[in-house]
Amino acid sequence: MFSRTDRGLLSEWWWTVDRVLLGTLIALLLGGLVLSLAGSPPVAQRLGVDSFHFVKRHALFLLPALAVLIGVSLMSERQIRRSALMVFALGIGLMVLTLLIGTEVKGARRWLTIGGFAIQASEFVKPAFVVLVAWLFSERIRRPDMPGNLLAVLLLGLFIGLLVPQPDFGQTLLVLLVWGALFFAAGMSWFWIALLGGTGVVGLVGAYAMVPHVRLRIDRFLDPSAGDTYQVDVATDAFVRGGWIGRGPGEGTVKLSLPDSHTDFIFAVAGEEFGAVVCMLLVAVFGFIVLRGLTHALRRHDPFARLAVTGLIVLVGLQAAINMSVNLSLLPAKGMTLPFLSYGGSSLLSLAYAMGIVLALTRRRPQASPVVVGPLTPRAAATSGP
Amino acid sequence: MTVMTRIASLLKPADGEGQMRARLIFAMAVFMVVYGAIGVRLALLATMPEDEIVRRLGPGEEVSHARPDLLDRAGTVLATDIWVPSVYAEPHRLVDLDEAIEEIRSVIPELDAGKLRKRLTNERRFAWVKREITPRQREALHRLGLPGIGFVEENQRFYPARQIASHVLGHVNIDNQGIAGLERHIDDSWLGALHAAGLARTDPPDPVQVTIDLRVQHAVRDELVSAIDRFDAIAGAGVVLDVHSGEVISMVSLPDYDPHDPREALEDDKINRVTTGTYELGSTFKAFTVAMALDAGRGLNSTYDASAPVRSGGFAINDFRGKGRVLTLPEVFIYSSNIGTSRMALDVGIDNQRAFLRNLGFFERLTTELPESSRPIVPTRWPELTAMTVSFGHGLSVSPMHAVMAGAALVNGGKLIPPTFFPRSRAEAQELARQVIKPETSDKMRYLMRLNVADGTSRQADAPGYRVGGKTGTAEKVVGGRYTGQSVLTSFLGVFPTDDPQYLVLVMLDEPKALPETHGFRTAGWNAAPTTSKIVKRIAPILGVRPQFELDGMTRPLQVSY
Repeated sequence: MFSRTDRGLLSEWWWTVDRVLLGTLIALLLGGLVLSLAGSPPVAQRLGVDSFHFVKRHALFLLPALAVLIGVSLMSERQIRRSALMVFALGIGLMVLTLLIGTEVKGARRWLTIGGFAIQASEFVKPAFVVLVAWLFSERIRRPDMPGNLLAVLLLGLFIGLLVPQPDFGQTLLVLLVWGALFFAAGMSWFWIALLGGTGVVGLVGAYAMVPHVRLRIDRFLDPSAGDTYQVDVATDAFVRGGWIGRGPGEGTVKLSLPDSHTDFIFAVAGEEFGAVVCMLLVAVFGFIVLRGLTHALRRHDPFARLAVTGLIVLVGLQAAINMSVNLSLLPAKGMTLPFLSYGGSSLLSLAYAMGIVLALTRRRPQASPVVVGPLTPRAAATSGP
Repeated sequence: MTVMTRIASLLKPADGEGQMRARLIFAMAVFMVVYGAIGVRLALLATMPEDEIVRRLGPGEEVSHARPDLLDRAGTVLATDIWVPSVYAEPHRLVDLDEAIEEIRSVIPELDAGKLRKRLTNERRFAWVKREITPRQREALHRLGLPGIGFVEENQRFYPARQIASHVLGHVNIDNQGIAGLERHIDDSWLGALHAAGLARTDPPDPVQVTIDLRVQHAVRDELVSAIDRFDAIAGAGVVLDVHSGEVISMVSLPDYDPHDPREALEDDKINRVTTGTYELGSTFKAFTVAMALDAGRGLNSTYDASAPVRSGGFAINDFRGKGRVLTLPEVFIYSSNIGTSRMALDVGIDNQRAFLRNLGFFERLTTELPESSRPIVPTRWPELTAMTVSFGHGLSVSPMHAVMAGAALVNGGKLIPPTFFPRSRAEAQELARQVIKPETSDKMRYLMRLNVADGTSRQADAPGYRVGGKTGTAEKVVGGRYTGQSVLTSFLGVFPTDDPQYLVLVMLDEPKALPETHGFRTAGWNAAPTTSKIVKRIAPILGVRPQFELDGMTRPLQVSY
């Protein structure tokens, strides 16, 4: 396709990008379309629209998602940081708007309707947030005089301050965990890790004690007989009914009774129709993406790329783990999509953006020297591309 | 390394490349553990046998929950659930509405075309066409092949004995929820909560046993039906109670209704007369007045002057076919002397009379498991005249169940036991029981009641060998606020066998007419009493009461020495 000697933008990209990871991601995105064919028609029928309404829209979203994935993976580090700053600022602005004029769905204000499209602004903020926090932590490593930690905490506070009133505790928890993972990977001392971990636990207990919605969710999880665990129960049944090889495409019944069968519970639909083997394959694919991403991070020597890749991989990997665990009733129910597979434009585009950054930052390039703080660090090589 | 340096090392950021690599590897390990756990959970669920999962509700079960079977005390099924089809429509799928309506009505003609059209043209995506159709109708509708028409199976309540126990069991609505009788009690007390919690909707709960004996119930109802027919009465009621446990063995209120057609239950004359109706019971009440006198220390030799009417407040109280002389206490009872009981009430005192009746439960609403009950109508003022009229059963209206409960206390040793429709042992009953009259009084009452049947106004109540005792009552009915003498309510409060009381029988007939063969009398001794006799003859063998004919020879049970 491209000659190795071709020094053009695309050719350069083709020979330096992680093509295995790219292929895996595209395969996952297409797999999501297949699962959408299974999971979404009953929802569409319930809502009284064309049976393939959600499938068509899913397919429609795949095009911009692929464009974003590849487009972002072409960017340089500097462009990535700039885009992250822009996306973050825009996203935060939209989140404020969401709180003011957002559409309330099932008691939560998470969606903003603009021109016929419902946008979940927090989805876009997530990857941008991770990039910015990674940048702040890496700057702190290079320039200890810069208040990177303080700024990272402020960013976290701003984001969470807008997530909690929605309320969206699943996302809040995810953001906290990813931030903690970045903090951990940035090499903070165990003292601070213990302190923050303790604060997190106190916060969780506090949320349980103070916020009825959270208490209800956790209570229901701990004691299934206490209340309505309908969706999770039905989802768990789906895996049992599916067995190892599934009941066959279109043979599922669980999707008929799950309101969120095309989004949060797509994994259960896959479990019933395609079986545990396919589900395990999906788990393995996510595991592969995580391992591959973190291995890239290990190989990188400049702190920003390492932290940003780590943060984004942890973001996607954790979200997948949480969603699958909820489907398997290993965790209490929370509204969170399965990356790449669930229906949802905001979620797809945001993930494409995140993985585009990962691809961009893991492109083979002349390595910066190992992180040694000093005047002779040739970081220009890392930050400014050819 | 000292503690201080160790703490200092903990506070230091992990700058070394090696440490950061270690942390990333640690993160990878954590992810592998988490994904591994997810994989293991998938494998566990995949190998789990499918029958272990909780069965989800079908649409029919969703609307029409399972109910427990109701069994009588012998284990015969009184109520059960059967599966019946219901037909629904998804209006948006109907191709030709007019054709569909016409075709459906060709199978179920009783459906109203206009109403059906209205139901099928609204915006909803689901509409019942008809609930609970027959399998034959289902087959015919199915064969029409109409798109947008579907069926669900749902629970329908079925009462094999039909109306025989309808006032006890009550009935359910179309969603299989109890709305009357014991069915409603079961919903209110536990089944409703169970269903609301989403449990036990599919598999019927364990059967529930009730105290009714279907054979006794049938016999009582059968005799009451014949009596109503024979005496041209407008209604009737009968109760059989175990006097030691308070269990209601039979409760009949006529006219009754078919529980499969709950609309019938709403008709005015279909009330449960035993617990919901309140009546002036007339002379039957004298049993309580006499017990009151005995309990207050008057002996069987006490005398009451019935030679002349008693007057109070401008009214004179007289006797029906009075003897016109001084009567002993037993004579007051067996000749049913209004003057005698009036004098007893005045003798005991108004306050004591009220306290005694209150103690027997006549002033309070009597609640059983049946949701239907009513409050007695108690006079607000209680002058001498009221004391006298109440002594022979006028001026105080109570439900027959009140009389049954208090009547049992008269003969079971003086214990007031709340009646129940659910099995209860005698030991359990003793714990609930309240001593309301002295045991000696209860013994004397047994004697008097037997004496009354052997030698008094209730001779026709006797059943050979079963030593029936009791008291008749004929109350003039109030028509338009006055006693007109046009119609009467007759009752008999009986007990058998009197030497060892087991069962109490109350029979009540509303507006029985006089017949040539009753010599023109319509008093209880001529209708309620013989009906009781017939009932006892039929139910005593069922209930295991052994006849003893040698005791019958004695017209007066004088071997009881008081």
